[in-house]
Amino acid sequence: MMTQNDFVRQMRPGNSAFYDTRSQWNRFHCDIPMIVLLLILSTVGLLVLFSASGQNISLVKSQLVRFGIGFIAMIALAQIHPRFFERWAFLPYLGGILLLIMVPLFGIEKNGAQRWLSIGVQFQPSEIIKVSIPLLLASYLAKRSFPPSFKHVFFSLLFIAIPVGLVANQPDLGTAILIAIAGFSVLFLSGLPGRYLIFSSLSLAVVIPMGWLYVLHDYQKQRIITLFDPESDKLGAAWNIIQSTVAIGSGGFNGKGWGHGTQSQLNFLPESSTDFIIAVFAEEFGLFGVLLLVALYFALIARCLLISVRAQSMFGMLFAGSYTVLFFVYIFVNMGMVSGILPVVGVPLPFMSFGGTSVVTLMCGFGILMAISTEKNDMEKKRGG
Amino acid sequence: MKLKQNKLTVSRWRYALVMTALLILPVALIWHIAGLQVLSDVDKGYEFLQGKVSKKMVRREVIPAYRGVITDRHGEPLAISSPVVQLVADPRLVDVNHPKFSELAEHLSVTSASLKKRVLRYAKRPYMVLKARNFLPPAVAEKILAWKIPGIYGEKTYKRFYPAAEVMSQIVGITDDKEKGQEGIESSYDSTLAGVPGRKKLLKDRRGNVIKDLGVERNAKPGEAIALSIDMRLQHKAYTELQDAVVRHQATSGSIVVLDVHTGEILAMASQPSYNPNDRKKLSSDALNKGARNRAVLDLFEPGSTVKPFTVLAAMENSKIFAESIIDTNPGYIQVDKKRIKDERNYGEIGLADLLKKSSNVGAIKLGLAVDPEDMHDLFSRVGFGQVVGTGVAGESPGTLPVHKKSMRLERANFAIGYSLNASALQIAQAYAVLASDGLKRPITLLKTDKILEGEQVVDAELVAIVRQMMTGVTRKGGTAEKAAIYTYDVAGKTGTAYKNVAGGYDDKRYVALFAGIVPADKPRLVTVVIINDPKVGGHTGGQVAGPVYANVTERALRVLMVAPKVVVSDRAVALSAKPSPIRFGGDI
Repeated sequence: MMTQNDFVRQMRPGNSAFYDTRSQWNRFHCDIPMIVLLLILSTVGLLVLFSASGQNISLVKSQLVRFGIGFIAMIALAQIHPRFFERWAFLPYLGGILLLIMVPLFGIEKNGAQRWLSIGVQFQPSEIIKVSIPLLLASYLAKRSFPPSFKHVFFSLLFIAIPVGLVANQPDLGTAILIAIAGFSVLFLSGLPGRYLIFSSLSLAVVIPMGWLYVLHDYQKQRIITLFDPESDKLGAAWNIIQSTVAIGSGGFNGKGWGHGTQSQLNFLPESSTDFIIAVFAEEFGLFGVLLLVALYFALIARCLLISVRAQSMFGMLFAGSYTVLFFVYIFVNMGMVSGILPVVGVPLPFMSFGGTSVVTLMCGFGILMAISTEKNDMEKKRGG
Repeated sequence: MKLKQNKLTVSRWRYALVMTALLILPVALIWHIAGLQVLSDVDKGYEFLQGKVSKKMVRREVIPAYRGVITDRHGEPLAISSPVVQLVADPRLVDVNHPKFSELAEHLSVTSASLKKRVLRYAKRPYMVLKARNFLPPAVAEKILAWKIPGIYGEKTYKRFYPAAEVMSQIVGITDDKEKGQEGIESSYDSTLAGVPGRKKLLKDRRGNVIKDLGVERNAKPGEAIALSIDMRLQHKAYTELQDAVVRHQATSGSIVVLDVHTGEILAMASQPSYNPNDRKKLSSDALNKGARNRAVLDLFEPGSTVKPFTVLAAMENSKIFAESIIDTNPGYIQVDKKRIKDERNYGEIGLADLLKKSSNVGAIKLGLAVDPEDMHDLFSRVGFGQVVGTGVAGESPGTLPVHKKSMRLERANFAIGYSLNASALQIAQAYAVLASDGLKRPITLLKTDKILEGEQVVDAELVAIVRQMMTGVTRKGGTAEKAAIYTYDVAGKTGTAYKNVAGGYDDKRYVALFAGIVPADKPRLVTVVIINDPKVGGHTGGQVAGPVYANVTERALRVLMVAPKVVVSDRAVALSAKPSPIRFGGDI
């Protein structure tokens, strides 16, 4: 059935010109615009990290190594046919779930939450789940009828609920929400009927107050409260927000220049090299830099969305689409929380924040995207050959 | 419902919705960030935030002003400020598990556990002093700060050190933790010594580390040095002799004052008990209060027989007697109203020099009753009794100098022999300085003076010289204070042995022993007053207890000041008394 579909798509006249422009790189399944954008973003990320970490070159080096691993993983995954991912999508999901279960048992506690596992290197299983959730759901729903039946929606929701519950329990509400969003975006793109949407928004209206009363930890509530009134708790939860908005605000339009951000250089800004790195960036490069960075991200998002639109399979469309949404949400939530319009949830900024698991899993996702984007050519090549 | 079929594509409107969200949300975000960064007039916008940055990181710091040195008249330091470092902490940042933490506790001489407890108790505060009153030498502090224990900083300050310790503690006084004068000169001249602290601007990071020095806004103005009139060479001797006497006679307290007659400067002034201001922590507050009291100025005593020269002077000034007058002290006592006041023994008819030499109560009372009480009071107040000396010692009291009605004969009699009025050692010294400087009353000062302040002629110079000459017999053979004699110098002195005034009257077994002396008698240079309060063993009279202290201290002073000695050749006082005048003073008692 798959080959049949592929064949039908191939016949569309509008697409042929697009594929013809691709040349040598396609043989290695490399999406040049995406690679260029990723390289630029990684370079900017390393430069900002150098400044944000207080000119700590060894930190930058270790991040460079992670980027290296990420790029290699990305290129390697791009060589694999999307059908392989579609077939084996449940494996990273199951593996991720297993690791998540292991976290409370063997995990390492940092800042009052157990999120890390250590097997020689430390990593966060929740980061792996972020990528494997859209992968699994795309694979699951692509095989089913459209729009998905109630049964499929139910199972999809179950697939989402398990990791979300585990991650929220760590506790890491931010990542749990991101995982949920990634999952729902697959459902949405797969043609979830409108009544489900209406029903789910209504149930959210019920769940949110309930969640506030029974689910959220005190520190999580505090973060939401401080969102509305940061000055209420200057030395506690709001410290991060106040410091980061002060840092952003002091940047002005042109910024203070690379390595001259006082807030971060003088240690006022907490987590300056991880979740709050955008504040360092905004202080040192100003609004101009922020606009440029957002433009870069947006170009990458646009490229991903294009891959989704042009994907040759339903799996490709769904995965690329939901992965794009996930990537976007990452950026939006991080910038939103640092600039003080969203609560502080521990979400790193892709390519900027220091942290290994996030970089490598992100790159893996982009690798699959590249595999999807060059899928067509594969077919052409095969046929041509 | 339509036939279910695989559409095989994501519907356009779903993509469109995603696209819209992806466009609108970033625009909102950018708008918000722009609001923080560049848009003016936004509530808590960039103007507000940038102001916050400079407010937070640019700290104004006080540059402590160096407190002025207190020295003796020759520049020997008595109170100096040395730079020290006090360790403070931001308990929120302190890592109590730091490997060097226990070593830090060791340097503060506390146990690691108690320091940890203390830090954790203040864990939510931004500032604490690691150990109160713990000052480290800069070198040690630098070593500790080099360990870079998070949250531990050093604050530079000065600590006051008193090289002369207990020898000068009551005069110099002390400062509190913040170097503010609390007692003595430190307190009364605080504004002079303190100087004006400066201000500098610093760029600091959150941990309090100085990133950049933004320059001095105002330089600290160091305090001025103060040179006291005290001569440490004499002060040491005065202190040790006094201490020795107080211990030997098991006295409650004691004080001594040495004045320079020429200038009115206090060359030595010591009190017992004393304390070491460098080591206050070990003292109980009671011992501290007792030790810190400058008794030479603050403790008031009835001067007893030491006023007799003034009684004689008053009688002569009012022409009741003359230098050659003979006074009949028979039968060795005198009945005033219902009270009989005795002499040691019956001295019979004696001259004025002998009256002073033997310290005849009967003679002095006869003179005292002959003088109008107003005139008596007048003379006493002219020489400084009942008035504050004015050396700047806090709490100085004028003492009491009553005016008795003419009919109050017992009170007048008591007054003539030094009861019913009281005075400090310094007041007695000032009064004797008038005798020493031929009736000139100079201001007494505790500060070294370059130009001698003008004195005031309060008593006739000739009369004073005569009385002073009469007083030389006291330390001679047969006088009340042979032990106060100084070899090769004439001493014009007077003993005093007053009954201790206790609640409800006088305790006839407890005494205050006094000696006041002028030396050399013919060309006076020094006045020394010694008061030993409540001596319990080894004698109790002024001659026995205070006399030797006087002689030892004054002898040293004369040598140090290189006052020319004089071989005693003529004995004028004896000659005067040996040639009785025909004018007899019988008295109409």
